[in-house]
This record gives sequence, C-alpha cells and structure tokens, in this order.
Amino acid sequence: MDTAYAYFVSMSIRHGLLALLQRGPSHGYHLRAEFDAATGATWPLNVGQVYSTLDRLERDGLVVQDGEPDSDGRIAYRITDVGQAELRGWFASPVSAKSAPRDELAIKLALAVTTPGVDVLRVVQTQRTATMAGLQELTRLKTRVPDDGELAWSLVLDSLVFRAEAEIRWLDHCEARVARAAAERRSAAPEQPAPATAPLPSGKWGRR
Amino acid sequence: MSAAVLRLSGVTREHGQGDVVVQALRGVDLAVLPGELVAVMGPSGSGKSTLLHLAGGLDRPTSGSVVVEGRDLATLTAAQVAAVRRRSVGYVFQDLNLLPSLTAVENVALPLELDGVRGGMARRAAREALDEVGVGALAGRFPDEMSGGQQQRVAIARALVGPRRLLLADEPTGALDSTTGEEVLRVLRARCEAGAAGVLVTHEARHAAWADRVVFLRDGVVVDQSGPAAAAESLLPAGGVG
Ligand SMILES: Nc1ncnc2c1ncn2[C@@H]1O[C@H](COP(=O)(O)OP(=O)(O)OP(=O)(O)O)[C@@H](O)[C@H]1O
Ligand SMILES: [Mg+2]
Repeated sequence: MDTAYAYFVSMSIRHGLLALLQRGPSHGYHLRAEFDAATGATWPLNVGQVYSTLDRLERDGLVVQDGEPDSDGRIAYRITDVGQAELRGWFASPVSAKSAPRDELAIKLALAVTTPGVDVLRVVQTQRTATMAGLQELTRLKTRVPDDGELAWSLVLDSLVFRAEAEIRWLDHCEARVARAAAERRSAAPEQPAPATAPLPSGKWGRR
Repeated sequence: MSAAVLRLSGVTREHGQGDVVVQALRGVDLAVLPGELVAVMGPSGSGKSTLLHLAGGLDRPTSGSVVVEGRDLATLTAAQVAAVRRRSVGYVFQDLNLLPSLTAVENVALPLELDGVRGGMARRAAREALDEVGVGALAGRFPDEMSGGQQQRVAIARALVGPRRLLLADEPTGALDSTTGEEVLRVLRARCEAGAAGVLVTHEARHAAWADRVVFLRDGVVVDQSGPAAAAESLLPAGGVG
C-alpha cells in the first residue's frame, strides 16, 4: 500500500468512527461491527486499526473516554464538540475527484444515512454540484479539441466525462431512494421521537 | 454589463385550485445573459418544462414576472407575446411538435414565413439550419419518413433558424445517440457564443455540462447551481444591479 493511499484510508476511518460515535458513546469492539454494517463491509477493519484510530482521535481531542472500563475492561468513547465540528466539516465538503479511491463517496453516503441529524440530501447535492463543476471543466477542455483533431486525447477526456456522469446518476438515484425511504418512514410512524443526540446543523435544505 | 435576455423574478406557477393545487414552480429567480447557456436539471415533475413554457411566453406565471429582451410579458397583449415568440424565441419542445403535413425544410421555414420572410429566403435559411444539425440531406422528407433522432434535429433546426436571441430547448437530445447529442450541444453552444441566450433542460449531466451554469430544480425550487463565480451576479433580483 503506498503512503498516500494509507493516509487516505486512515483519514476515512477517523471520520467513519466519528460518525458512528455521533449516534452515542460506544467502545472499539462494537464500533468495528457497526462500521462493517454501515459500509456493507466495503472496508473491513480489524480491531487493532479501530483502537489505534481511537487513540489518535483521543490525542487530538475529538473523542474522550466515557466513564470507567466495563467489567470486561472495555473502554467506551464519546465524541467531543471538536469532534462534532470535524464531522460536520467532512459531511459538508465534497469528495475530490483527485482523492484516489472513489469509494470514499460511497462510504460517506452510507454513513450519512445512518448518522443522526445529517441532512443527507444536502450531502448529496453538495457532491452533485462539485462533480458537475468538474464535468463542466472537462467539457470546456473538450471544446478546445477540434472535432477531427487529437482523437486519442478527446477519448481520454470522454472517459473522465462518462465517469463523472455515472457518479451524478448514482447521486440522483441515492437521492430518490433516500426521499422514498423518508416518505415511507413518515407514513409508517407519524410521531417521530426526538433524536438522542443533538442534530448536526445543516445547510439550506434544513428547513424541510 | 449587458442586460439579461431572459429574466424570471419571483416566479410561481400553480396548477389547479383549492385542495388539489400543484405548485409547479415556487419563487424562481433566473437571469440569462447574452452569450450564456444555462442548463436546468431536476427529477421528473420538478418544474423544468413549466419554467421553459413561462420563459417562452407559452404560459403565464401565477405571480412574479417574466421579462424577455426587456419586455415584461405580462404587460403585452396576446398578439404582442406571439410576435416576441416568433422573432426572439427559438423553442425545442419536449414532444417536438413538427407538423406532419410539411416536409423538414417547410417545418423549419414556417416560423420565418409566418413572420413575413419571403419564401425563397426562408427556405435558404431553413436549409442552412438543417445543415447545421446534420440533416440537410433530409430536407424533402416528411416527419413520419424520418427516425426519432432525425425528427429531433429538424425540431432543433426550426428553433435555430433566423436571428433568435433566446433559445429554449426541452430535452433536445432525448432521442439522440451520444455523438449526435454532442453535435447538437456544440451547435447550441456555438449559437450562444455568437450572442444568443440559451436555456437547456436535460436529464443528462454530460449534456448539461456544456452549459456555463447548471441550475438544479427540486419540487419547483432552485436548490443549487454550479458554474463560474460570475454567475452570482445574475442571481441578484431584478433591479438589484445598476
Ligand atoms: N396543466 C397542468 N395541470 C396540472 N398540473 C400540471 C400541469 N402541468 C404541469 N403540472 C404539474 O406541475 C409539475 C411540474 O411539471 P413539469 O412538466 O414542469 O415537470 P418536468 O420537470 O418538466 O418533468 P419531466 O422531466 O417529466 O418532463 C408536475 O407535478 C406536473 O404534474
Ligand atoms: Mg418536462
């Protein structure tokens, strides 16, 4: 594994664990299982990775230990205000087309739908706008390639164009699924209990 | 800066009455400058066609104003609106609307002839427009003698013909394969670069990306847009800029 990839994975695990802790305090063993459940085991974690990440999160003040170890000696962690701010920033920023493994986007959305108080539609739209801006930039590059010239170069651009388009279609699909699930939940349970944790402030769709 | 060719301010369009009222658009502001191509994206039923109908003077808003080339459509008579439509607006309908009893070149020449352009000149202009979208060879065919994609290109030629300042296209690439669709986008783009203002409704991100600005509609509301920072200016309400 090259170092850039390793860095990327460790950053995403940090945010993933913060997202899970946003649901409430939990300990490493439980977090590992939750992470696998939330991300469909796309990135299976081992318990060692979870504990070393929790150590670093604690060192950086993003989580704190929650009370004494239980009878099995396991320590629960709780997200701090600083940790919540870090998590908000992660959900509010689009995944860059340059960040190598694009799975980060899938993971981010998987966590967004399972983390209390996250405005999933806002996360989707932020990404869609960013991906569209990239697609517009690629298209501008294409217009500078004359129709008959540089076929090879324009085919390379096309491959990037189709990839960005696929991502936007997938985001449209996610949005429709989320909206439908929300509608079903509303009709099934008109009286929603208050969320256990304070909701993360959201963008302009928060009013809905 | 130059004045917007199209300006929608606080536009709301409701269909029906009482309990069954549908708000197809809610408080939409949109300005399109000369030389600018704006794409509108949104799920089915989000109000895209409604927006285009209002911009083209085919429908009237429940509230808010639609201004085309400086003229508030609400202040015009039906005949004046029809004249604006013929002279200023090129419209590609979602369902094409070609007249089945006319050939391709006659369909394209029709708006010019209705506007008083002589037959020979109208036909020459129509042929050029058909050439521009790659169906010049089909000038003498009737709509039912052409494929869906060919008919679509004839409908686009009809919208492009003559000196139209505002081009409105509702899913103009729906029946086209990816390279033909792209050619049509290049033509639209070139027209806008030559000074027209364009609004393109599309489901395809790849086609929307030809626009300078992409506006995202959800349930009749503009929720976001992507494009150059300069676009922020045209978001200001009417009269907000000197
Ligand atoms: N004449 C009408 N009477 C009642 N409701 C209407 C009328 N025209 C449109 N609507 C409703 O207004 C909303 C917006 O319709 P519109 O045709 O603008 O959607 P659209 O975004 O163009 O969808 P599509 O992608 O399917 O073409 C829809 O809910 C539609 O049912
Ligand atoms: Mg429509």
